[in-house]
Amino acid sequence: MGEFEPKIIGFLCNWCSYAGADLAGVSRIQYPPNIRIVRVMCSGRIDPIIPLEVFMRGADGILVLGCHPGDCHYVEGNLYEERKIKMLKMLIALTGLEPERLKLEWVSASEGQRFAQVVTEFTEQIKKLGRSPLSGEKPNQKIFENLQAAKNAASDFRLRVLVGRERELTEKGNVYEEKVSQEEFDSLLGEVVEAEFIRHKIHLLTKTKPLSVKALAEAVEMKPGAVLRQIVEMRRRNMIALDHVEGTTPFYKALEVG
Amino acid sequence: MASKKIGAVLVVGGGVAGIQASLDLADSGFKVYLIDQGPSIGGVMAQLDKTFPTNDCSMCILSPKLVATGRHPNITILTNTEITGLNGEAGNFEVKLRKKSRYIIEDKCNGCGLCAQKCPIEAVDTFNEGLDNRSAIYVEYPQAVPLKFMIDREKCIGCGTCQEICKANAIEYDQKDSEVALKVGSIILAPGFEPFDARLKSEYGYGRFPNVMTSIEFERILSASGPYGGLVLRLSDGEIPKKIAFIQCVGSRDFQLGNNYCSAACCMYGMKEAVIAKEHTPTKLDAKIFYMDMRSYGKEFDAYYERAQGEWGIQFVRSRVAGVTEDPKTNNLFVHYVEDETPKTEEFDMVVLSIGMQPPKNIETLAKNLGIKLNNYKFCETATFSPMETSKPGIFVCGAFSAPKDIPESVAQASGAAAKAMSVIASERGTQVTAKEYPPERDVSREEPRIGVFVCHCGINIGGVVKVPEVVEYAKTLPNVVYADANVYTCSQDTQKLIREKIQQHKLNRVVVASCTPRTHEPLFKETVQEAGLNPYLFEMTNIRDQCSWVHMHEPEKATEKAKDLVRSIVAKAKLLKPLKKPLINVTPVGLVIGGGVSGMTAALELAKQGFEVHLVEKEKELGGHLRTIRYLLEKDDDPKEELNALIKAVTENDKIHVYLGAEVVDVYGFVGNFKSKIRQQNGRETEIEHGIVIVATGAVEYKPTEYLYGKDPRIVTQHDLEEQIAEGAFKAKNVLMIQCVGARTNERPNCARICCGQAIKNALKIKEISPETEVYILYKDMRAYGFKEDYYREAATQGVMFVNYEDERKPQLANDNGGLKMTFWEPVIKEEIEIEPDLVVLSAATIPNPDNKRVAEMLKVPLTKDGFFLEAHMKLRPVDFATDGVFLCGMAHWPKYIDESIAQACAAAARATTILSKPTLEMEGIVANVNEDLCSGCRICEYLCPYNAIEMKEKDGKPIAHVIEALCKGCGACGTACPTKAIIMGHFTTEEILAQVKAALIEVKT
Repeated sequence: MGEFEPKIIGFLCNWCSYAGADLAGVSRIQYPPNIRIVRVMCSGRIDPIIPLEVFMRGADGILVLGCHPGDCHYVEGNLYEERKIKMLKMLIALTGLEPERLKLEWVSASEGQRFAQVVTEFTEQIKKLGRSPLSGEKPNQKIFENLQAAKNAASDFRLRVLVGRERELTEKGNVYEEKVSQEEFDSLLGEVVEAEFIRHKIHLLTKTKPLSVKALAEAVEMKPGAVLRQIVEMRRRNMIALDHVEGTTPFYKALEVG
Repeated sequence: MASKKIGAVLVVGGGVAGIQASLDLADSGFKVYLIDQGPSIGGVMAQLDKTFPTNDCSMCILSPKLVATGRHPNITILTNTEITGLNGEAGNFEVKLRKKSRYIIEDKCNGCGLCAQKCPIEAVDTFNEGLDNRSAIYVEYPQAVPLKFMIDREKCIGCGTCQEICKANAIEYDQKDSEVALKVGSIILAPGFEPFDARLKSEYGYGRFPNVMTSIEFERILSASGPYGGLVLRLSDGEIPKKIAFIQCVGSRDFQLGNNYCSAACCMYGMKEAVIAKEHTPTKLDAKIFYMDMRSYGKEFDAYYERAQGEWGIQFVRSRVAGVTEDPKTNNLFVHYVEDETPKTEEFDMVVLSIGMQPPKNIETLAKNLGIKLNNYKFCETATFSPMETSKPGIFVCGAFSAPKDIPESVAQASGAAAKAMSVIASERGTQVTAKEYPPERDVSREEPRIGVFVCHCGINIGGVVKVPEVVEYAKTLPNVVYADANVYTCSQDTQKLIREKIQQHKLNRVVVASCTPRTHEPLFKETVQEAGLNPYLFEMTNIRDQCSWVHMHEPEKATEKAKDLVRSIVAKAKLLKPLKKPLINVTPVGLVIGGGVSGMTAALELAKQGFEVHLVEKEKELGGHLRTIRYLLEKDDDPKEELNALIKAVTENDKIHVYLGAEVVDVYGFVGNFKSKIRQQNGRETEIEHGIVIVATGAVEYKPTEYLYGKDPRIVTQHDLEEQIAEGAFKAKNVLMIQCVGARTNERPNCARICCGQAIKNALKIKEISPETEVYILYKDMRAYGFKEDYYREAATQGVMFVNYEDERKPQLANDNGGLKMTFWEPVIKEEIEIEPDLVVLSAATIPNPDNKRVAEMLKVPLTKDGFFLEAHMKLRPVDFATDGVFLCGMAHWPKYIDESIAQACAAAARATTILSKPTLEMEGIVANVNEDLCSGCRICEYLCPYNAIEMKEKDGKPIAHVIEALCKGCGACGTACPTKAIIMGHFTTEEILAQVKAALIEVKT
C-alpha cells in the first residue's frame, strides 16, 4: 500500500475563495491533489449537517473557505458560517473524531498563493492525523453512530435556533436590548451541544431496541443518574417513551422525532 | 436641420468610472461603446491591493464588474483604441477611432495562455510597475477583460513560436491598425489620471536609490498576486524592511512644480499602505508618515486615521520632507525634515512616495479632437452646478479627469454622468439594442435524466496534464450519462454549435462541461443550452483546469484521477438538477424622492428627463433645503441664488414631477418595482402612491455648538451666520477669528464634517474682498482643502489670512473679559501663547445627520452609520445604492459634502434608479430560497439573518409564516442553513444536490 492519500472535501464560496483557487491555477501554484472542490455561492450555505454527513461518508478532512470578514458578497454570510463551524467543532469533539479534520479559513480572490498554502498545510495536517476512522472497508461503528447522533442534534430545532441567533444576541442585543456576553453564550452553547448530543445518542441507541438506564449509561459512558436526567428531559420533549419494565428495571424506546 | 438622435453612448476610458457608466447605460437600454487605450479594462483599481476605509480586496470587488462589462450584450469593448476625430452635435455625433493592432484575432483567442508560456522573449511588466517581467505576448493581468492576448510589437522578435503553439489559430502577424467610425448620441469621458512622475521630484531620489519607490509600485508589492507574492521586500537586497517612511504630497500641493492642487486620495491610501504593510510583514515593522495636513475628510475616514494611530501604531509627523539621501553601502535612506523648527534626519530601510494624480497623457490632443476646454491644470473644466458637463453639450465627464478623487466619488460621478448622457437621448432608449430571443423551453419533468458531458482539452492546458480521453471514457460509464466527448476548446463558437446539436441528437436534458472556471464561463454555456431549448439551470460545470491540471502539473496520474472524481461528482449533482424559473416582476415606472434640497430636486429632475413620473416630498414649506443658506461660492463660478431659483422653477414647472410641500412619507410597503407609500401633508391630507424606486435625499443639518460661548454672545456665530451677515451687508468686524472642527473630530463625533474648511476659506476670502484691512485668523487641526480647493487655501494665505494649527491637547480658549472677547491659543511656530481680542468669533460648526434619518431608516428598513448618516450597500463600489434593491441615497443624507458632489450623487441615484424604471419587467435570478410553509415555525430567524430584507412574515391560518420576496433574494442560502425546522430550500444548491456531489466524490474508484 502506498502513502496515505487523504480524501479532502473543500467547500468554496463562489466570490472570493473559488476565485482565489482559480488564481492559484492561473499562477500555476502547485498543491497536493487530494482536495475535491464543491462550489457554493456563499460559505454561509454550509449547513452544519453537511460536514457531519460528509465525515460519515469517510472524508478525511473538510475545508470550508469563505471571504475575509468585510469582503462577503452577501454582507455577512461568512461571519454566520464562523459561528456554525464553532458549534460543529464542539459537536465533533464529542464524537471521537478529531475536530481538526474540519477547518474554516478565509481566502480572498487575490490570494492564490494563500489558497495553495492553506490546502497544502491542511493536507499535511490530515496526513499526520491519518486515515479517518470512518474511511475504508471497516469504518469505526461507534464513531459513525456518534456522528449520526451529532447530525441529528444539528438538525434539531434547539441547536439551530441558538446558532442562528448567536450574532444577534452577542452583538446586537436580545429582546431586552441587552447584549449576551460571548463567554456566557459560548458556555451556554457548550452545554447545549453536549446535552443535545447525548440525547440524540440515547435516541439512536433506543431506536432499534428498548434499553435500560444502566445499559445506556454503559454505552454512553456516563453515570446512570446523569443518563436518567437526560431521559427525563427527552420524555418531556417526546423523544423517548417508557416501553416496558423488566423486574425493577424500566426500558425506554425512542419515539420518531419530527 | 435637426438631425436624428442616436440611442448609443461612447464611453472613453475603461477604469472603474468608465465601467460603472457603461453598466448603468447598458442596463438602461442604451448601446455602449467602451473604448480604452490599453489592451484591457480595469484601470488603476485593478492594480490596487486593498481599498480604504474597509481594507476590502480591490480585485475581489472589481472583478465581478469586469466580467459583467465583458459579457453585457449592450456593451462593445474596443481596446487599444483612441479617438481621432469628432463631427456632429449632442444627440448625433460621429466619432472616428483608430484601433491599434493586437496581432491576435480577438474572436478566436480564448485566453488559454499557452502562447505566453512558450514565448521566448521577456518584456517589462507595466501592470506590475516594472517590478517583474512578462512575455512579449501577454495579457495585462490574469483577470483581464477581455481575456485576449496581445503581441508587444516593440519587443516581439517574430520567431513564430506563438503561431505554432496556438491551437485556436488566433495569431495574425500581419494584422493592421484599423479605422472605425461610430454614431453615438452622447459621450462620457473617463480617461482617469496619470500618476505623477516621481523623478521630477529629484530631491527624493526616486530612480536613483533602489529603495525609494512610488505608492503605486508599493501597491503591487503589497498585492498577493504581485511580484513578491504580497511580502514587502527591498529592491536593493530582497530583505524585509524594518522601517518604512511614507512621504505625502509628492507632486501635489507643490507650487514650484506647477501642481498646486491636492490629489485628494493620497492621505488615505498612504495610511492604508502603511497599515497593510504592517499586516503583510511577519517581523516588526515601523511605519512613519510625513504629511502636511492629514486630509481624511471622507465617510468614516477619521475613524480609520484614529485606528491607524492607535490600533496599528503608525507614526505621523507633520512636516514637509526636504530631501532623501542614501547610504551607498547599506542602501538605507536618510529622510531630512524639519520638526518643531529643528532640522532632523532619520534613517529608514525603505521610502514610499505618495505620488499625486496628473491629467492623463496626451490629454490636450483628446481635448482638441473633441473641442472641450481644460482648466489651468489640464483637468477637464466643469462648474459647481454642472459637475459632469464639459464645455461641449453632449459630452460629459467623470472620475479623476474632472478633478483628483477617490474610487467611490469616481463611481458616483460615473453614474451621474450616465444619467446626463441618457437624458440627451432619452427618447431613443432601446433603439440600438436588441433583446435576445430564446426558443420555448422543453418540458423535461417526465424524462429520465439524460446527461451529456463535454470535456475540454483547453489546447494543451488541460490535455497536457490530464488524460482527457481517459476522462471521457470514464464519463461514459457513469449513471445517466448518454453522451460524452472531448473538445479542443469547449468555449469556442463551433463547440457551442456542437453542444446544441448533441442536445437535439441525444435528447440530452442535463449538460455538464468539465473545463475551466464557472466564474467566467458558466454564463456562456447556460446561454448555449437555453438556445437549444433547455432551462439554463439544467447546466453544471466542473473546473479541471484552474483547480486541477494547472495545480498538479507534475502529477498527471493523480490529476487524471482527480478529474475523474470531479466529473463523477458533478454528474451526480447534475442528475438532481431542476429547472428554475427566473421570476419576472412588473415595474411601476414612477419614482419617489424624499427630500427637496439640491440633491432631491436634482434627482427628481433627472428622473423626469428620463421620462418617468416622480413624487418629490419635502418636509419644509418650500424647496431648497440647505442650499437656501448658501449665498456665494468659493469657486465663484456660479451664483447659488440664481441656480437655486432655476432649479425650483424647473422642478415646479415640470409636469412629470409632483411636489408635496410640508409633507412626510409616513409609510412604505413593498419592494423593488412595486412600492406603495403614504404621503401625509401638514393639513392632514394623505395621498397613496405607487412607485418602483425610492431615493433618500433627506440632507443634513448644521450643529448648534455648545462650545465657545455660542448662543450666549452675539459676537459668536457659525459660518452660516457669518455668510448671512456678509450677504446682507451687515458685516463690520475688524478682527475675526475662526475656529475649525467645532462639533467634529471630537470624542462624541470622531469624524470630519468635510465642508467646514472650504466654508472657512470661502468666508475668509470674502472678508478680505469686502474689507481688506480686517484681520482674519483661522485656527485649524488640518486644513482639508482637497482637490482644486487648495488654490483658494493658498490664495487666502497670500492675502494675509493667518492659519494657526492647534492640537486637541491645546484647544483655543475663549473668555468674556469684562465685555471684551479674549481668545488664547498656542502658536506652534513661534512656540508662544498668543492672546487676541477678536470682535467676531466664527465657529466652523459640523454638519450633522438629519434627526429624521432614524425614522426614515426604520420605515425603509435600511441601515445608518454609527454617526447617524445613511449607510450605503458598499462604501467603495455602490456609493448611492442600499443593499435593499430599489432604494437609493444621495447628497448629505449620505455624508456632508459640497454642492457639486451632492449633484453628482443625485444624478447617480437617478441613473441607478433608471436601470430599474426603464424596464417594464425585471428578470430576477432563478437561484432563490423557497419556504416549505408546512414546516415553517414562524421563528423569524431567517427574517433577521437576511441582509436584503427579502423575507417577510405573512399571516397564514393565524400564524406567521416566512415568505421569500423573490425579487429581493440573492440566493446566498444563509436563511436555509439557520432555519431550525429546515423549511427553507435553496434552489440549485439544495442540500441533496450538495451531498450527492460530495458523496460521489468520496466513492473509492476501483481501477
